[in-house]
Amino acid sequence: MAAPRDKLGRPIVVVTGMGVATSLGAGKSDNWKKLTAGESGIRTVTRFPIEGLKTTMAGTVDFVPVEPFSSTDLSERLADLVVEEAIAQAGIGSAGDFPGPLFLANAPIELEWPHREQMARAIGKTEIKYDDMLQISGGGRFTPWHRRFLFGSIVDHLAERFGTKGSPISLSTACASGATAIQLGVEAIRRGETDAALCVATEGSVNPEALIRFSLLSALSTQNSPPQAASKPFSKNRDGFVMAEGAGALVLESYEAARARGAKILGVLAGCGELTDSFHRTRSSPDGKPIIGCVRKALADAGMTPEQIDHINAHGTATPENDKMEYLGISTVFGERAKQIPISSNKSMVGHTISAAGAVEAIFSLLTLEHQRIPPTINYEIPDPAIPFDVVPNKARDAKVTAVMSNSFGFGGQNASLILTREPA
Amino acid sequence: MTETKVAGPAEVWITGIGLATSLGEGLDANWQALEARRVNVDEKTFAPYVVHPFAPVNFDTQIPKKGDQRQMEAWQRIGTYAAGLALDTAGVKGNKEILSRMDMIVAAGGGERDLAVDEAIVSAQAKGNVPPGFLNERLMNDLRPTLFLAQLSNLLAGNIAIVHGVTGTSRTFMGEETAAVDAARIALARIVDGESDIALIGGAQNGERKDLLVLYEFDDFNLKNKFEPVWARSARPGFALGSAGAFLVLESKAHAEARGAKPYARLTNVVGDHARRKEPGQVTASLQALWTQLGVTNENAPVITGAAGAEPATAEERAFLQSHPGHAVRATGTMFGHTMEAQFPIGLALAALSLSRGALFPPNDSTGFEIEMSTPPSQIVVVGTGHWRGEGMALVEAIS
Repeated sequence: MAAPRDKLGRPIVVVTGMGVATSLGAGKSDNWKKLTAGESGIRTVTRFPIEGLKTTMAGTVDFVPVEPFSSTDLSERLADLVVEEAIAQAGIGSAGDFPGPLFLANAPIELEWPHREQMARAIGKTEIKYDDMLQISGGGRFTPWHRRFLFGSIVDHLAERFGTKGSPISLSTACASGATAIQLGVEAIRRGETDAALCVATEGSVNPEALIRFSLLSALSTQNSPPQAASKPFSKNRDGFVMAEGAGALVLESYEAARARGAKILGVLAGCGELTDSFHRTRSSPDGKPIIGCVRKALADAGMTPEQIDHINAHGTATPENDKMEYLGISTVFGERAKQIPISSNKSMVGHTISAAGAVEAIFSLLTLEHQRIPPTINYEIPDPAIPFDVVPNKARDAKVTAVMSNSFGFGGQNASLILTREPA
Repeated sequence: MTETKVAGPAEVWITGIGLATSLGEGLDANWQALEARRVNVDEKTFAPYVVHPFAPVNFDTQIPKKGDQRQMEAWQRIGTYAAGLALDTAGVKGNKEILSRMDMIVAAGGGERDLAVDEAIVSAQAKGNVPPGFLNERLMNDLRPTLFLAQLSNLLAGNIAIVHGVTGTSRTFMGEETAAVDAARIALARIVDGESDIALIGGAQNGERKDLLVLYEFDDFNLKNKFEPVWARSARPGFALGSAGAFLVLESKAHAEARGAKPYARLTNVVGDHARRKEPGQVTASLQALWTQLGVTNENAPVITGAAGAEPATAEERAFLQSHPGHAVRATGTMFGHTMEAQFPIGLALAALSLSRGALFPPNDSTGFEIEMSTPPSQIVVVGTGHWRGEGMALVEAIS
């Protein structure tokens, strides 16, 4: 029998394993249950003092103990968790021997405040300069921090722990990172370089400086009370996104290889699109062209028309700007259907998992296909008349879903869209 | 998807090279410095640490808006500048039709700190009795709102998109030296496979940073006190951080010919791997394996390596090189310092430049490990060994 190919003659890429962790909990089953029950994982931050902050809530993952805390350590722990779940479900390879390359989306890694403070204590002076820090940095006292705070730190760990093949890639395309990791895996399989790829995205960035950085850009919601109601995608009274932690992992395989080994097919990565916006560092081009082009590229890559998409998993950050631009983009491509097609934002419940969002939401899209049930957009009490989407308000909905578009639009003009479908008939 | 997919794998040319380094900006300035065996090294400013400082450029020539320059920290300015040079040499600067579908993979670090803010905060904390919200208050008041964007890894690519209009696709790889090997490897694979016609790849580093010195000092990687060529550092190992931006335009032969672009060289192959480095010899073995995958046919093909004096990586790489006698070696770490994400792109750039000029640049080595090569090279091997992780190799060939 000929190898199954897509409409463009390339190997079909399927998903055979998934793992997810968010502020709602660990694992697909717990997340799906809470997501479709409309629960929020957003809570007041307890990890560090919140005095003086404009935003005091986040979708933190507090059920994974990391002591002493660093965002890099939490990101790594979360990645470990979701990769274990994904590989176990896929039943691929053997322990510590994954038969393909690794693509990891993670936040840029850097030394954090607890480490600077520890160095300051070691210096023992009250006026501290970087020269003082430099003087005590060497000599072996802080050697583990070199490995920990290299940009390749987490990807090195995952590659060695799970035995992925070749040079592991760590990437950042801001809020589109998770989608980019998946796209790199899809491309590698389509090129015939590999039969399988491990695509992972992780985010553990809720620390004081990261929160303040986004706060200073006026990107975050300040509706702190109650925290569960802060994230209001597509609502008139939305005022920003809510930072959140989480991770997602997908085992991708060529359809041929997955069938040959009798693997259960969880869904198809039918298309990927990406297009860069050069308008501004944090804002989208007002004409929406890059988003429109990105969505159209994903459709073209999947060989599909807008009519074939029956659900959109929105980027839906709840910033005034993003949601407006997402409507402009979707309504331009989908026309009148933009008002009928169910479009929900998982971020209303789990918050914005930034680097992980693209992968987390691709997994939720695949679960939507599996369960034929669309998670809601919660906190939708005051619709924005300028965004007449059917946002699946507040309650999950059973629906026939055969193809989902999942969008990710980020800082730095990063736009990526994925199209996911059920197993080919 | 592009419309020009042809049957069979595409040949890939290097049609643009942008270099802005401690030796100067542009191809001629860098070439002349290499021929003169000139090294620009600063042993005083960061003493005892040795760095290769960025040679001053007029940023206005590639980043005309001061507002754009203000939105970037040094590493982004250097990279955006070098990317502009690459687009210039490829003859695509300002060509909206091509730039709008040009793919971009940037190897990026980031995280450039505001040192004064950090120092003030740790000093106040060291004095004791700070209230629980002290860090929050200081960061809220003292961090420049736009500093975050100047620190973000993917904002080098973002700035290249904004300043130069490269808006096909944009991907940022992180992971020190290896990020650039993978950038070249993926961009090449996509063009060979017809997924892409033209791509911009590269990386940049500002090596004149105390916060960066701190990171590498944690494991005593920084070269101290006195500069010496890379191969002469075995008694006092270490790398000297270097400031540089290096970008290349990769393009399918068909696409380049259709627009009448002249190639510097052909990029034939890029391979990379990840040795565990738990036992001695694993880096040497990884490089040996990559060499066999590369397709080197010329027994005199010179090797341009990013070996920078990090141990044991450089000693292991030296063992690998010694097992391939007859290949003239050049270590860019001697002339440019260790430029991390720019290390491999500098190697690719110098390989392409040497092939296009029909000569390898002279050795710059007091130990005699680097030997003269008087014949024009037809193939050059570029080696990029990570100081801590990752090994990469490329084969660059002359186009006759």
